[in-house]
Amino acid sequence: MRKRLLGWLADAALILYFVFALFPVAWMVILSLKPANQLFSTYFSFSPTLDGYRTVLGDSEGIPFVRFFVNSLVVSVGAVLLSLLVGLPAAYASARWRFKGSENLMFTLLSFRFAPELTVIIPLFVLYQKLGLFDTYVGMVWVLQLVTLPLIVWIMRSYFADLTPELEQAALLDGYSRKQAFVKVALPLVKPGVAAVSLLAFIFAWNNFVFPLILTSSEAQTVTVGALSFLGGDRPKYNLTAAAALVSVVPPLLLALTIQRYLVRGLSFGAVKS
Amino acid sequence: MGWRPALRPYLLIVPALLLTCGILYPFGLGLYYTLFDFSASKPQPDLVRLENYTTVFTQGAFWNSAWVTVLYAVGAAAAETVLGVSVALLLHRSSLVGRVLEKILILPLMIAPVIAAIIWKLMLQPSVGVVNHLLRPVGLGGVQWTDTPAGALLSSIAVDVWVYTPFVAILALAGLRSLPTSPFEAAAVDGAGRWYTFRRLTLPMLWPYVLVAVIFRFMDSLKVFDIIYALTEGGPGDSTVVLQIRAYLEAIRFQRYSFGISYTIVLWAVVYLAAMVLVKHLGKIQRKAAEVK
Repeated sequence: MRKRLLGWLADAALILYFVFALFPVAWMVILSLKPANQLFSTYFSFSPTLDGYRTVLGDSEGIPFVRFFVNSLVVSVGAVLLSLLVGLPAAYASARWRFKGSENLMFTLLSFRFAPELTVIIPLFVLYQKLGLFDTYVGMVWVLQLVTLPLIVWIMRSYFADLTPELEQAALLDGYSRKQAFVKVALPLVKPGVAAVSLLAFIFAWNNFVFPLILTSSEAQTVTVGALSFLGGDRPKYNLTAAAALVSVVPPLLLALTIQRYLVRGLSFGAVKS
Repeated sequence: MGWRPALRPYLLIVPALLLTCGILYPFGLGLYYTLFDFSASKPQPDLVRLENYTTVFTQGAFWNSAWVTVLYAVGAAAAETVLGVSVALLLHRSSLVGRVLEKILILPLMIAPVIAAIIWKLMLQPSVGVVNHLLRPVGLGGVQWTDTPAGALLSSIAVDVWVYTPFVAILALAGLRSLPTSPFEAAAVDGAGRWYTFRRLTLPMLWPYVLVAVIFRFMDSLKVFDIIYALTEGGPGDSTVVLQIRAYLEAIRFQRYSFGISYTIVLWAVVYLAAMVLVKHLGKIQRKAAEVK
C-alpha cells in the first residue's frame, strides 16, 4: 500500500514537471490561433483562425519571414556539409593515431564550444564589413563552423574509436589503400553516427542566434532573429510572434524526434557514451 | 613508406585546422584591437596598450556584470542539476507514465533559447500574460515578472531551467541506465533501505555522469546571451547585464569596438581556465568511479 502511494506520488511529480515543460508550447499554439481582437480578452475560449500564420508566411507586416526560413535552411545545411567534409577525416585521424599534440589539438577544437561567441564575432563584424562578407551566406556558413565543426569532430571521433582497427587492416591486406579503407570500410560502418551527428549539428546551427544577429542585417538573416522582429513595433502582435516562433521550431523538433536514440552522445560531445 | 605514416594524421587534420584558423585569425585580430582605442568615433586609433583592460577592471559596471553573470550561472546550473537529476530518477522507475513522458523529454531542449525567451516573454507580461492570469485566483495576478531587478534575474534563470533541465535529465538517465546492477543486488540482500541505497550507491556512482552535465551547463551559462537579450535586454537598469550583454552593448550598440572586445577576452580567459580545471577534475573523478566498479 505504501509502495503504491509512493508510485502515485512519483507519477504525479513527473506529470507536474511535464506540465511545466509542455505548457509554454501548448500556449503558443493557442496564442497563434487567436484572432487579433481576442488576444487579451478571452483566455481559453476563442474562435480559432489561421490568420496569424497567413500573415507571417505571407510576408505581411514588412517582415519577410519565409525568406528568413529559407536563409536558415541554406546556411545551416551549408555549415553542416562543410564541417562533415573537413571534420570526418580529422575525427578519423585523431581516433586512429596517437600522435604528438593530438590531445591538445582536440582540446583546442573542443574549447571553441566554450568560447564566448562575441569574442570572435565583434572582430568578424569589423572584418566582414571590410571584406564584403557581412550579411552573406558565405559569411554565415563560415562562422557557423564554430558551432558545427567541434560537434562533428568530437562525436565522430568516439564513433571511429569504437570500430575495431582489424576491419581496416584486413582491407589493407586485401590490397585496399588507406583512403579506400577509410571510405569503403570505416565510413559505411559509422553511417548511422554520421546521419545523427549531421542532424544534431543542423539543429545547433539552426538554433543559433548571436551570429546572425550581429553578422547579418536583411539579406542573410535567419528565423531566430526574424522571429524576434515581430515583438517590435508600437503594438505588440502576440499572435504573429507565437506563429513565427512555432514555425521556426518545427524543423529542429522534427529532426530531434527522428534522432532521439543518438541524442545523448551528441549533446554531451561523446563524454557520456549511450 | 618512410615519412608518410607519421605525417598522415596531420594531413587529415589540416583542413579542419585551416578552417579553425579562419576563426582563430579574427580572435587574434580582436586581441590586437584591444591594444588600441578603436571605435566608430575614432577611425584612426591610438595605441593605448593595456588601458582598455585596466579600464574594464576599475569599472563598477564590469564588477556588477561579473556578479550578475556568476549569480545567473550558479543559479541556473544548480537548479537544473537538482531538477534534472530528480526527473531522471523518476523516469528511471519505469512506470507507464514515465515511459510515455520520456519520449517528449527533449522537446524544450530543441527549441532555440531565443525562441524560448520570446515564448516566456509573452507568457510573463504583467497585465495580459497567461501566467498572471492563472495566478489571479490565488491573489498573485499582478507580479511584475521582468520589470523588477530580482524578478528579471529569476525569470531569465527560469527560462534557462526550462530549456536546459532536459539536458541534465537525459545525461543523468543515461548514467543511471549504465550503472552496474550487482552492488544494488548486494545491498538488497543486506536489507539496505531505499534512502541508504540511494545515498551510498546511486548518487556516488551517478556523480561522474551528472558532473559532465553540470560542467556543460555552468560553462554555457557563464556566456549566456540570447535568453537575456530576448527577455530583458539587460534591464531593468543593470540588473541582468551579464558579461556578454555588456560586451554587446559596448561594442555594437555604443560602437566602442576595442573596449567591448576587452570584455569578451576577459570572459573568454575565465571560461577557458574554468574549463581546463573542470575537465581535469572530471577525468580524475571518472577514473575513480571506474575503479569502484
